[in-house]
Amino acid sequence: MSTTANKTLILAEHDGRSLSEGVYHAVAAAAFWNQPVELLVLGHDANSIAQAAATIQGVSRVIYSDSTAFAHTLAEDAAKLISQLGRDYSVILAAHSAFSRNILPRAAALLDVAMISDVLEIQANQTYVRAVYAGNIYTTVQSSDTLQILTIHSSRFPQAARTQAPAEIDTIAALPATPASRWVSEFRSQSERPPLSSAKVVISGGRSLGSAEHFEQILAPLASKLGAALGATRAAVDAGFAPNDIQVGQTGVTVAPELYIAVGVSGAVQHTYGMKDSKVVVAINQDPDAPIFQVADYGLVGDLFEVVPSLTASIQSQP
Amino acid sequence: MKILVAVKRVVDYNVKVRVKADGSDVDTQGVKMSINPFDENAIEEAIRLKEKGIASEIVAVCIGNAAHQDVLRHALAMGADRAVLVENESEVQPLAVAKLLKAVVEKEQPQLILLGKQAVDDDAGQVGQMLAALLDYPQGTFASAIEIAGNEATVTREVDGGTETLALQLPAVVTTDLRLNAPRFVKLPNLMMAKKKIIETLAANTLSDDITPRVRLLRVAEPPARKAGIKVNSVTELLEKLRAHEGISL
Repeated sequence: MSTTANKTLILAEHDGRSLSEGVYHAVAAAAFWNQPVELLVLGHDANSIAQAAATIQGVSRVIYSDSTAFAHTLAEDAAKLISQLGRDYSVILAAHSAFSRNILPRAAALLDVAMISDVLEIQANQTYVRAVYAGNIYTTVQSSDTLQILTIHSSRFPQAARTQAPAEIDTIAALPATPASRWVSEFRSQSERPPLSSAKVVISGGRSLGSAEHFEQILAPLASKLGAALGATRAAVDAGFAPNDIQVGQTGVTVAPELYIAVGVSGAVQHTYGMKDSKVVVAINQDPDAPIFQVADYGLVGDLFEVVPSLTASIQSQP
Repeated sequence: MKILVAVKRVVDYNVKVRVKADGSDVDTQGVKMSINPFDENAIEEAIRLKEKGIASEIVAVCIGNAAHQDVLRHALAMGADRAVLVENESEVQPLAVAKLLKAVVEKEQPQLILLGKQAVDDDAGQVGQMLAALLDYPQGTFASAIEIAGNEATVTREVDGGTETLALQLPAVVTTDLRLNAPRFVKLPNLMMAKKKIIETLAANTLSDDITPRVRLLRVAEPPARKAGIKVNSVTELLEKLRAHEGISL
């Protein structure tokens, strides 16, 4: 490893208003290497994001690139910039998300590096634990690249704290935008509930809810009592009961709330991979043999159409 | 317009994989192998574009040994026009796959390259993005809708918290999500016909000289099991336990 490249670069995700929670996990994960940690913030008119990034404990410098091209952070532009900065670092990482999964493999190929996705544990000697087969198998792998590029499974790492002494922010020029790719529009699910990936309480519904109407009628009152986010299994999403962006699991969102309530969820491994780091898991299911009970701290066998309203009412009756 | 679809042969989605006794790898001996489900969405989308008169030819490509012909025959039976097997005996990792596919793209000159967004064996989700990078093509990952008009692909992508729509100049690389379409079932006569088709072969070592794995597998293990909890008999008991033992105020 070159002696000049003893720094870590973190690609910081944000939505234009605030940094993603994953950034704090990524900074905590980066502490493993015990070397300077720099955050790359790509955005447009995102000074406040860069300033927030500078107040994360453990960050030695923020690199901020302001460009109209980064208003929507297309992978083509972001990967090119990362590939130009990349050789100054020995580690480039980000929290595993749709954002980083889009950009980092592209940057890795430009840097000719074999990337390691969704790392659960970082060990010495460029060695990592990561899951394969939808979380059914854990592999321990060792990278032979000089530059390490990886995404981390956020819920496996603590969150970095804030500091009163912010790091310096260096603004760098953006590269010309790639003309071959153009942002057209976006659709963001409107919800008064907390964001799924960082909610303290998550209530997930499965196919047993039977319809989109039931999904909402049964789960929404409980969610609003608990200030919870709603999640869904792939079966529920495929059946049209819930929008795809709340799918919890292997191909959806990974969550690790204080309390996870699985309602009518059978417990397929593809689903449990996305929630098994939750602190307390409650499962409500009519089938006493449903696999979800094997990962639940508290299981209640019963008809969800009776149990959930009763649970909602009981919480309401509390002072 | 020519479309290239890359497909991977993986342990069937429904098989519960097991670790070898010595913990060196997963045991795939005698296990049912199938086409990666996300890649099936990619083939289906290519066929639909052909049915709409937008695509003129669909070429399916797979990397592996002779056994991998079965997933190419599956692609042919679904409706791909031609199949190419990049022959290689040893393991290839995502970056190497991207390098090999780049060489195939340069040979075939497709306007659109479709791949599944990830393979259900290694769950890496890298090849499409890496291929786009090496080709310097625009990319549309995790696609749930694809429309082609003239020299532009409009791709709706599934992102955290919603969707995003991009316009990509062709040629482009698009990776497909499960909700893009519902792949058709293969009819037996089509499968019989596909068995008679010739699968072209290319030797991997003639396409790239840098496909040696960079990442070494040290060991595999079953994940630590989350310890099973207890069953409660009522909502009252559930709330009592959550309050008393977990300190959750409800």
